[in-house]
Amino acid sequence: MLTDILLTLLKAVGVVLGLLTTFAYMTLIERRLLARFQIRAGPNRVGPLGLLQPVADAIKSIFKEDLVVTAADKIIFWLAPFIAITMALSAFGAIPAGPAGSLFGQDPWVFNLDIGLLFILATTSMGVYGIFLAGWSSGSKYPLFGGLRSSAQIISYELGQGLSVLGLLMLTGTMNLVGIVNWQAEHGILILFQGVAFVTFVISSFAETNRTPFDLPEAEQELVAGYLTEYSSIKWALFQMAEYVNMITASAVISTLFMGGFKGPAFLGETIANIPFIWLFAKIALWLFIFIWVRATLPRMRYDKLQQFGWKFLFPVALMNTLATAAYKAFLPNSSLWYLGIFSVLVVIAMIVFSGSRDWQKVDVKTRAVAGD
Amino acid sequence: MNEFLHVFIMFLVAGGIGVLALIVGAVLGPKKPSRTKLMAYESGNDPIGSARERFPVHFYLVAMLFIIFDIETAFFYPLAVSFNKLGTFAFWEALAFVVLVAVGYFYILKKGVLEWK
Repeated sequence: MLTDILLTLLKAVGVVLGLLTTFAYMTLIERRLLARFQIRAGPNRVGPLGLLQPVADAIKSIFKEDLVVTAADKIIFWLAPFIAITMALSAFGAIPAGPAGSLFGQDPWVFNLDIGLLFILATTSMGVYGIFLAGWSSGSKYPLFGGLRSSAQIISYELGQGLSVLGLLMLTGTMNLVGIVNWQAEHGILILFQGVAFVTFVISSFAETNRTPFDLPEAEQELVAGYLTEYSSIKWALFQMAEYVNMITASAVISTLFMGGFKGPAFLGETIANIPFIWLFAKIALWLFIFIWVRATLPRMRYDKLQQFGWKFLFPVALMNTLATAAYKAFLPNSSLWYLGIFSVLVVIAMIVFSGSRDWQKVDVKTRAVAGD
Repeated sequence: MNEFLHVFIMFLVAGGIGVLALIVGAVLGPKKPSRTKLMAYESGNDPIGSARERFPVHFYLVAMLFIIFDIETAFFYPLAVSFNKLGTFAFWEALAFVVLVAVGYFYILKKGVLEWK
């Protein structure tokens, strides 16, 4: 019992420290990569190749003056960054990094719940409280509007995210993340059979983590710095940390749900595919790169279009995907999964064509009159 | 052992990092407050009025819609997980669920709740 607790404690500390280190170097890699995309050098002065830049940033943010605005609600102002970072760090504990017993005879996860997926969705969405309370408690107008916008955006895309995994759950029949990975090892990775869910889930993940093209909270032309405006020093750093940790968690969840998780490709043989950590880390790294790549490529969306995209496009598409998978499971239970694969590819092509036509952005004049304009 | 004890430990460690960082920042940072530093930021001007302002009702509507639809989605999770055991019956259940959601969805769509101005 006691050794078990100590072991979990050790693993939890390991996960947290790993996440924080990844966050620190993620900031450096992001700045370097963005610089590469824009043909400039990026931070390369502090240490070799700029590798000590995160250390310098950390020291700087600790020794900065920590201001609390007079008009702020003091307790909640302190509580908000705490909520944000706690929820962001805790969610990652559910991610399995290898097969059972592969970490020196121990399990390479902090906890393995039967409702693992639900736990991750719930914990990451608790992070909204951090953002909203930060905006509200600052006692200043820009943070209030930034926090409102941000939380409305996150909860809107939460719907698409929650709905898109339903089809996946019908196929796997379990919410346990290890179970989902093992199902994929047996039948093939889910990105093939749940392409629609994959696309909607990835887009919602980008919106959930406030990344471009959905980084409205950081629309500095309109909102200064959004909910972060009144935050300084370590509290600001904690929010930044939470955002990046959420991004890492989102990458891990996408890898686990759709790309085979901790298992490598099967054609390399069982031994190589079962090496713990390496495969998951490679997939997370790939997704983190895609996050940066998208940031360097796409411009920011307008807020009304962002909301309309979430509600009028992602939500119905995710719902239809759920229904299609249900129909497949009910009426073609023993046929090949590739029917679903072909269906997914067709729908994704249709989505790309349809999203270009911009029909979903049209504003119906009659409904606007009803709404009492 | 109960798996949720592990969850609790994870929360403790994660929360500990947060508390530690906040304390370290509060102890080590310089403290030289002045009236202007402690003023709410409003692009350099003195802030006008309170920040507890009225804001567009749309945010409230979105929050309500989210709660309704998210709870419906949450109810769907157990059905989705036990789909294999339920067979065709589960499909009609799923269809009923989707129709219910769709009716509500088209209602709010036609009411213009999702039109942002």
